[in-house]
Amino acid sequence: MTYDARFRVWRGDATGGDLQDFTVQVNEGEVVLDIIHRLQATQAGDLAVRWNCKAGKCGSCSAEINGRPRLMCMTRMGTFGEDETVTVTPLRTFPVIRDLVTDVSYNYDKAAQIPAFTPRARDGDGNHRMQQVDVERSQEFRKCIECYLCQDTCHVIRDHEGNKAAFAGPRFLIRLAELDMHPLDVVDRRAAAQDEFGLGYCNITKCCSEVCPEGIHLTDNGIIPLKERVVDRRYDPLTWLGSVIRRRPRD
Amino acid sequence: MTATAPRRTGAVTPGSGNGSPPPRRAAIAARHLRTDRWWIQPLVTMTVLLAFVVYSSFRAFQNAYYFAEPYISPFYSPCITTGCEGDTFPEFFTGPSFISPAIYILIIPLGLRATCYYYRKAYYRSFWLSPPACAVGEPHRRYTGESRPPLLVQNLHRYALYAALVFNVILTYDAVLGFRDETGEWGHMGLGTLVLLANAALLWLYSLSCHSCRHIVGGRLNHFSKHPLRYKAWTQISRLNAMHAKFAWLSLFSVAIADAYVFLLATGTISDLRFF
Repeated sequence: MTYDARFRVWRGDATGGDLQDFTVQVNEGEVVLDIIHRLQATQAGDLAVRWNCKAGKCGSCSAEINGRPRLMCMTRMGTFGEDETVTVTPLRTFPVIRDLVTDVSYNYDKAAQIPAFTPRARDGDGNHRMQQVDVERSQEFRKCIECYLCQDTCHVIRDHEGNKAAFAGPRFLIRLAELDMHPLDVVDRRAAAQDEFGLGYCNITKCCSEVCPEGIHLTDNGIIPLKERVVDRRYDPLTWLGSVIRRRPRD
Repeated sequence: MTATAPRRTGAVTPGSGNGSPPPRRAAIAARHLRTDRWWIQPLVTMTVLLAFVVYSSFRAFQNAYYFAEPYISPFYSPCITTGCEGDTFPEFFTGPSFISPAIYILIIPLGLRATCYYYRKAYYRSFWLSPPACAVGEPHRRYTGESRPPLLVQNLHRYALYAALVFNVILTYDAVLGFRDETGEWGHMGLGTLVLLANAALLWLYSLSCHSCRHIVGGRLNHFSKHPLRYKAWTQISRLNAMHAKFAWLSLFSVAIADAYVFLLATGTISDLRFF
């Protein structure tokens, strides 16, 4: 079934821009990215859009569709009414380069600041060994495709540009959690999580979990456990006393 | 090994992490472009929470109609002053008569729910509008979250949990006392017994599904394989944890319903339906 859909697409760059109206053909089974491509091919040849795999795995085509952070390639046109106007805008949290393309280098900078994976010494035969049950939690976070939709929707930086210096965002808080929970890693990142990466800024309103296209439970399985680990070290007098008296290890 | 300093690179982009003036974002004036009814959820949350706060405050200050043999309202249990109706708990002291016995104890359940990770989401969104919904701009000009006082106190959630677990034992004991009749004879049961049992069960589910509980039981470990029992317990609590929000609401309703049932019995509005 084919119909003509009304689209409003933000067009412009860092000096300014606005929402422009288009009417474009939609075919059965298509996704928003197909329509953006048709716009490029038929009406707006210079429309800038970043995309790659078209399968929800590369994390390139992140945008805001009707105000909600989504992957354009994973948003079916069938979810909208035929008489509905579909609005597509660039990610609000990051500086715009042009049209739907934003500069996400904030994320690369934060990623580079995270203390790297540091495994314990190898076993006698030169191998690293770990049990599946021990590494399972970290593996959930490895599903991340770095689309940065969680970073985009996080109000800590979305609504407060000034917090970017102090807050790494949910994607990198779960990176810290992933490493801190890893059975082979020996670095204690709890103090850094609180002091350098702004864990305390997160008020766990769970928008990051709501928008994650990989279904990662960022808040329940990553950020809250990391907050609890920081409490162990920083705010729980009993745990602190236990660690002083018994010199107890982390396990 | 202790914490290492975060790595520093020379590639920090101006305005994207180092405090310099930011490059421009897309010029979109609207606070949001959502087309769904995003405001319904915070509105409903605020309405229900406010209704509970009003009702529970009224009942806590009322200092009457909280005991109808053999049932005691969960708002007043444990009843620890000599002014208490009934005899469900040791009376530790005599407080001023104008202070309701509920006032001394409500800090525990209030503390648990106020610092609960789920309720934090609920009230930050619905009362503080921070944010009211995902990708909807918040009205505040500054935001520091839970990084400084007074919200740093949220980190003491686990202590509220410990205290609440003791309360759960007491409320379960209250439910068991419900297997008596009006004369104190055991082996009886009424609708009130079921109400108190359901309330105690939901409070246990709410407390045990708590994120802090999940952490304490096993989440803090990095090697589950060395602690098989704790891993099994963590796995079960993780299953409950997925329903934490549901238990948070159900237990809130069950506390109010249990109190209302005792209130109706104590005022003589209804009589208890006795099964045997």
